Amino acid sequence: MKILTLVRQVLDAEESVRIRGGEVDLNGSKLVVDTMDEYGAEQSLRVRESSVDVEVIALAVGPERNQDALRTVLAIGADRAIHVMTDLTLDPISLSQVVAQIAQKENVELIFCGGQQSDWDSHALGAATAERLQWPQVTWTNGLEVHGQTLTGKHDAEDGSETFSVELPAVITTQQGLNEPRYPTVPNIMKAKKKELRVETLEQFQVEPKLKFLAVEVQVKARLHKILDGKDAPAAAAELVQLLRNEARVIT
Amino acid sequence: MILVVVEYANGKVSKSTYEMVACARQLGREGPVAALVLGSGVANIASEVALVVGQVLVAENADLAQYDAELWSAAVAQIASEGEANTVLIGGSRSGREYSPRVAVKLDAPLLEDVISIVDADDTLTAERYTYLARVTEKVEANAPVIVVTVKQGAFTAAAPGNQVAEQFDVDLTLPQRRLQVTGKSTEKSSRIALTEADIVVSGGRGVGSAEGFVTLVEGLADQLGAAVGATRAIVDAGWRPYSEQVGQTGKTVQSKAYIAIGISGAVQHLSGMSKSKCIVAINKDADAPIFKIADYGIVGDVNQIVPAMIAELKK
Repeated sequence: MKILTLVRQVLDAEESVRIRGGEVDLNGSKLVVDTMDEYGAEQSLRVRESSVDVEVIALAVGPERNQDALRTVLAIGADRAIHVMTDLTLDPISLSQVVAQIAQKENVELIFCGGQQSDWDSHALGAATAERLQWPQVTWTNGLEVHGQTLTGKHDAEDGSETFSVELPAVITTQQGLNEPRYPTVPNIMKAKKKELRVETLEQFQVEPKLKFLAVEVQVKARLHKILDGKDAPAAAAELVQLLRNEARVIT
Repeated sequence: MILVVVEYANGKVSKSTYEMVACARQLGREGPVAALVLGSGVANIASEVALVVGQVLVAENADLAQYDAELWSAAVAQIASEGEANTVLIGGSRSGREYSPRVAVKLDAPLLEDVISIVDADDTLTAERYTYLARVTEKVEANAPVIVVTVKQGAFTAAAPGNQVAEQFDVDLTLPQRRLQVTGKSTEKSSRIALTEADIVVSGGRGVGSAEGFVTLVEGLADQLGAAVGATRAIVDAGWRPYSEQVGQTGKTVQSKAYIAIGISGAVQHLSGMSKSKCIVAINKDADAPIFKIADYGIVGDVNQIVPAMIAELKK
């Protein structure tokens, strides 16, 4: 079985966001593999370790620097990688066209995708890919087992969680708790440099972006910053309650 | 036609539905605002929503008794194309954001995801949405015969009922087979108001000290205020609280009138789930905690002394 694990390179959550020329400027910032994608990569490796004849393919679509993220995933154990190189910003619905075409060409049966991207704050890529392939999807998955052609596990639903069963092929989107991703070791980082990383162009996929990105801004809501000293707890508590009642008017 | 897919829970139309109706009215695109009710035993839901929209399409179907992304997306896409909808509004709930991409692909439509504002000019929709863990506001544009939009919960003021009752129409659907089998459910029942519907949220982090400390401080204050209860990922991971209470990147997003953070330092992943609340209150012993940077009111002090004193003050 072939597994496709999607890799997105994003700004490290600890870094501050800078804006230049109407775009988020990532130059000089620390970029990492999206945590939600790390869960997917780790889970693909666990599936490979628990069954025979599994190949794990990592896929990234984006600018050249994405190859660093792919090398990281190769270093934790993916077998090979595909990089569709483009500087174009694709919305998730358009991007799913690329992912679906690669999945078909590679005869993939299982796709892992991050539950929510930490740059787009989007949930759409996994579901849109599943729809294009006419596959079922399981979102926010935090437990997964493969038994032959059947996947079982647990995922978060609107309120509480559900256990599920679904037949392959399928798209799985990840959630915290799915696993504890491993770190690449130095020997594996060395080995990863020799693994196949195939670069493809975007043109062959005939993708038209569905959205136009106009501008971004960092909106900081003005806050009052009325911070009281709590050494005298009853006095501070009384003052805060008074402020919330009479000034903010949020409690009665 | 602007199609609004009705969200409901426990036999009642959800607040998010009224927010979508407000969004649809304000958008003012061509045609009536039509509400689509999907489910089994949904007559009451249909009558309730008939008070706020131009027409109600009712898909009463036993196969829709339980939500499924493939069934929901097939139903919505079918009704949207048969009714020649120019806009499809879907809730920004977890399920709405799960099935809406499938609707967009089926209709070959753009998807404007989790929007906080949206305007129509010359058939082009321009929307604002949050990105980068809600630290950035992005402006995006879509121009197509039909556009799918998910509406962020809490971003629009819920529409009030008018003085007319909309006509109801039954619709027939061709549905696919359910492929994802749900084999068990564990719903965390709470007698409290839902996090995403509450005006006030009282939330706790590691600083409350223990699971017992959470009950005394966070639940104690929430009970006093009639508030919902939230938690950080750290204490959900520690098993002190159920996941359904988690606020942040991998949990729920709230935009409450007041968010009271107790013993929460304010990691960026947590802030992404609450930073848009109107009034933020922080109580923490560390004056340098990032949560104070976005707080309107706060107390630097020991939560074990401050919070019981607040509860006592409120009881006066």
